[in-house]
Amino acid sequence: MSPVEMNLEARFEAYVAEDKKIEPKDWMPDAYRKTLIRQISQHAHSEIVGMLPEGNWITRAPSLKRKAILLAKVQDEAGHGLYLYSACETLGVSRDEVLNDLHSGKAKYSSIFNYPTLNWADIGAVGWLVDGAAIMNQVPLCKCSYGPYARAMVRVCKEESFHQRQGFQIMLTMAEGTPDQKAMAQDALNRWWWPALMMFGPSDADSPHSAQSMKWNIKRFSNDELRQKFVDMTVPQAELLGLTVPDPDLRWNEARGHYDFGPIDWEEFFQVIQGNGPCNKERLDARRTAHERGAWVRDAAAAHAKKSAARRANTSETHAA
Amino acid sequence: MTPEQHFQAILRVGDDALVLGQRLSEWCGHGPVLEEDIALTNIALDLIGQARGAYTRAGSLEGKGRDEDQLAYFRTDREFQNVLLVERPNGHFGDTIVRQMLFDAFSLARLEWLAQQTVDLELAAVAAKAVKEVRYHWSHSSQWVVRLGDGTDESHAKVQQSLEDLWPFTGELFTSDDVDRAAAAAGLFPVLEDLQAPWVDRVKAVLDEAGLNTPENGWMQRGGKQGIHSEHLGYMLAEMQVLPRTYPDATW
Amino acid sequence: MSSHEWPLWEIFVRSRQGLGHKHVGSLHAADAEMAISNARDVYTRRQEGVSIWVVPAAAITASSPDDKDALFDPANDKVYRHPTFYQLPDEVNHM
Repeated sequence: MSPVEMNLEARFEAYVAEDKKIEPKDWMPDAYRKTLIRQISQHAHSEIVGMLPEGNWITRAPSLKRKAILLAKVQDEAGHGLYLYSACETLGVSRDEVLNDLHSGKAKYSSIFNYPTLNWADIGAVGWLVDGAAIMNQVPLCKCSYGPYARAMVRVCKEESFHQRQGFQIMLTMAEGTPDQKAMAQDALNRWWWPALMMFGPSDADSPHSAQSMKWNIKRFSNDELRQKFVDMTVPQAELLGLTVPDPDLRWNEARGHYDFGPIDWEEFFQVIQGNGPCNKERLDARRTAHERGAWVRDAAAAHAKKSAARRANTSETHAA
Repeated sequence: MTPEQHFQAILRVGDDALVLGQRLSEWCGHGPVLEEDIALTNIALDLIGQARGAYTRAGSLEGKGRDEDQLAYFRTDREFQNVLLVERPNGHFGDTIVRQMLFDAFSLARLEWLAQQTVDLELAAVAAKAVKEVRYHWSHSSQWVVRLGDGTDESHAKVQQSLEDLWPFTGELFTSDDVDRAAAAAGLFPVLEDLQAPWVDRVKAVLDEAGLNTPENGWMQRGGKQGIHSEHLGYMLAEMQVLPRTYPDATW
Repeated sequence: MSSHEWPLWEIFVRSRQGLGHKHVGSLHAADAEMAISNARDVYTRRQEGVSIWVVPAAAITASSPDDKDALFDPANDKVYRHPTFYQLPDEVNHM
């Protein structure tokens, strides 16, 4: 590294250590840029793919109010994806490039969205648990070192709490409803609990990117810390619902001041990440198909814009002449 | 206009909005570009809201205790009175946006009338809110028809075909039956036939700008308003209504 | 970048009458009308807007961070530009 670069790197490290924000045109280490592109784009992909399991129930929503709420929520998710793709583009990569990585299978997205939504209560469980876990991950990101990412996350967090509340409200309505509804709610909790815990990622010892990300104030808490916080917050909520968390080892540990919980099946997690989850193929196919089928539309809009601009230029030339 | 006819007239407005809103909802997560996914979903949301407003008014008028959900989820397709145009399948994006443009031009005119009539003030309030929304829908759909008509050769050919396919469903919008006539005589509805010429002018202006041919008026399909629908509506309603029908005692 | 890609637009929203336009993010659109439409759908869903500006990202010239010191530091020691520099008797301190 040249003396100039060493100087820039030292200044960068000092900035980060002082909790200052790094902005798009500031000098940054290549590895920092690459890590951010990976993290932000995968976050964006997660929002977009996340539209699919919930979108699955829009046409079958059991009341017009629920239909409207679910439409608004899924629309928010699209918006979040958009804020994040925008933040990513400030790092010198285009949306098309990162989408190509998603469609080719090179880029990852949150493993949770590879699970199916099988009954209406799943929509409640996804809002309550999945958005709940996401909020836990996202609030610290509002203070992350990269300005555009932090600002996008502030917007996202403002909108996200409605998502969790509406999810919990669905679970409450179901849990206090008919025996069939209560059974659906319990069934949804049974299927979504463990995948939600896996959302926080493996123990940091097993997580390749954690240490460097923490050093650069991109990641503020360890995976295990966040997961524990999530369990502690969520178990009392399940109790309020009158539902049983599907973990026979779950118990309050007075000495620790936290809930002890059972072992996570990390084999399942790694299989899902590698593409062997119940819905991986459907999710990617849906995104690829939408993109491919939309090509003629995007091309047409671009062609029209070009033609219009040319016409405007000709008109002004004629007037000037 | 009898109370029953008044009720059915409002139902038609609600059914058009619900069926079209349901169709647009199917695009969620599958749009040609993220920004457009958001736009279509926004329009769907507006339409669901319009349906809710219309159904709530219809239910209270009927006075039999039916609310918006009872009307949406417990009527059969033979009881739905939406026009055939809105139940056409989404097809590709061009089909969807042409369907939208043709309907928006009609809906805007109908809502503008409903917003200023004084026969049914509750319905007027619903319509007044909807007018603002549909002005935006019209702007969005007509701009897209121009982009696609005057885009690439491929997009031009595709939407010209969409137009030919959907044109036979536009006649129904302007063909009155007994309910429409009674509502118009009472001042609740505009005379539908009177809306046709301005609609043609409006639509033709967009098609001309788009470089598209306005199709010839041939045989027009109808029956939607009388409850005689295409085969598509049955499937749509089966999907839409499945949960409340399976669990009729449940609240959601 | 392919010719079919829609350009990037930066979006500025005035959230209330009386406030200035604030940068809220970016999006892709094929033309200016679409950019405004999209901006309305993406950035003003929660009644956050009375006015939208869309600017092609390529049209924005940014000051270089390398020049930060030269451009902005000289203002730092000209504290006499700030009202708080001037000590006044309490009776007229509201000025």
